[in-house]
Amino acid sequence: MVEQLSPLGAAYRPGRHGRVNDTVGATLSERQPGSIVQLAAWSGQEDAMRALIKDISGLELPATSGGGTAEPAKAAFGIAPGKVLLIDDTDGIFADYSAALPENIGVVTDLSHGRSAIRIVGPSAEWVLSKLFAIDFTSGAFPVGAGRSTTHHDIFTQMQRSGEDQFDLYVFRSFARSFWQTLCHAAGEVGYEVI
Amino acid sequence: MLITCPYCGPRDVSEFTYQGDGNRTRPDPDSTDLGAWNRYVYDRVNIAGEHNEIWQHSGGCRMHIAITRSTTTHKISSVRAMRDAGPGAGQ
Ligand SMILES: [Zn+2]
Repeated sequence: MVEQLSPLGAAYRPGRHGRVNDTVGATLSERQPGSIVQLAAWSGQEDAMRALIKDISGLELPATSGGGTAEPAKAAFGIAPGKVLLIDDTDGIFADYSAALPENIGVVTDLSHGRSAIRIVGPSAEWVLSKLFAIDFTSGAFPVGAGRSTTHHDIFTQMQRSGEDQFDLYVFRSFARSFWQTLCHAAGEVGYEVI
Repeated sequence: MLITCPYCGPRDVSEFTYQGDGNRTRPDPDSTDLGAWNRYVYDRVNIAGEHNEIWQHSGGCRMHIAITRSTTTHKISSVRAMRDAGPGAGQ
């Protein structure tokens, strides 16, 4: 596997920050999945696309807006009508889908090098994200596995709740450092750890 | 102002981009009727009240949507996906 170069650069500072002698409100990290792909089904082919995703990746997606599922090494969630973002720790998933996806069902786009994956986990994760995004983060409105497409100050973000108090954020790679710094500022108040 | 995206649910207006008046009909691209093109490009009904508009959820699912919005109260009485509503949906 090719070693990935992080776009976070010097802004990525492992260790405790903010309220360093107190509890950790949130833990921030950069995930570096081998593959990030977008799957887009033609109108009326959404069920066929979900079936294909189940065949290839074993991920079962609910047919709801933003419906998704998250496993430790792979995840997928709805980002728009007929569109799914799929993340896999393994390299080369694009080639698998490219080979298996019939052109009458939809198309696959490789975004592995176009997005950065940032994880925030902890008791204050919802609170920190609520400062940045104008969406409802309560678990009733945003259940585990579900995804959202939203924006923070024009930085387009696709996110998935991958655990009770855990969110994975996918931002454009070229904006990732700026977004990371904003996220760190937002988390300072609750005390955070970068791992 | 909140717009309820058919896919994403209620979102702040800052996530959306206005795509124009939904009341106009684009002339046939082959048409050389200058009057029809002039009306399409320049004439607006400028309603004080219920207005048909095209918006895009550009900071979300990126869907194009047909909206009926009151220009006096900002109350939105109808939101439909353009893919369901089809061409000329603003009317
Ligand atoms: Zn939307």
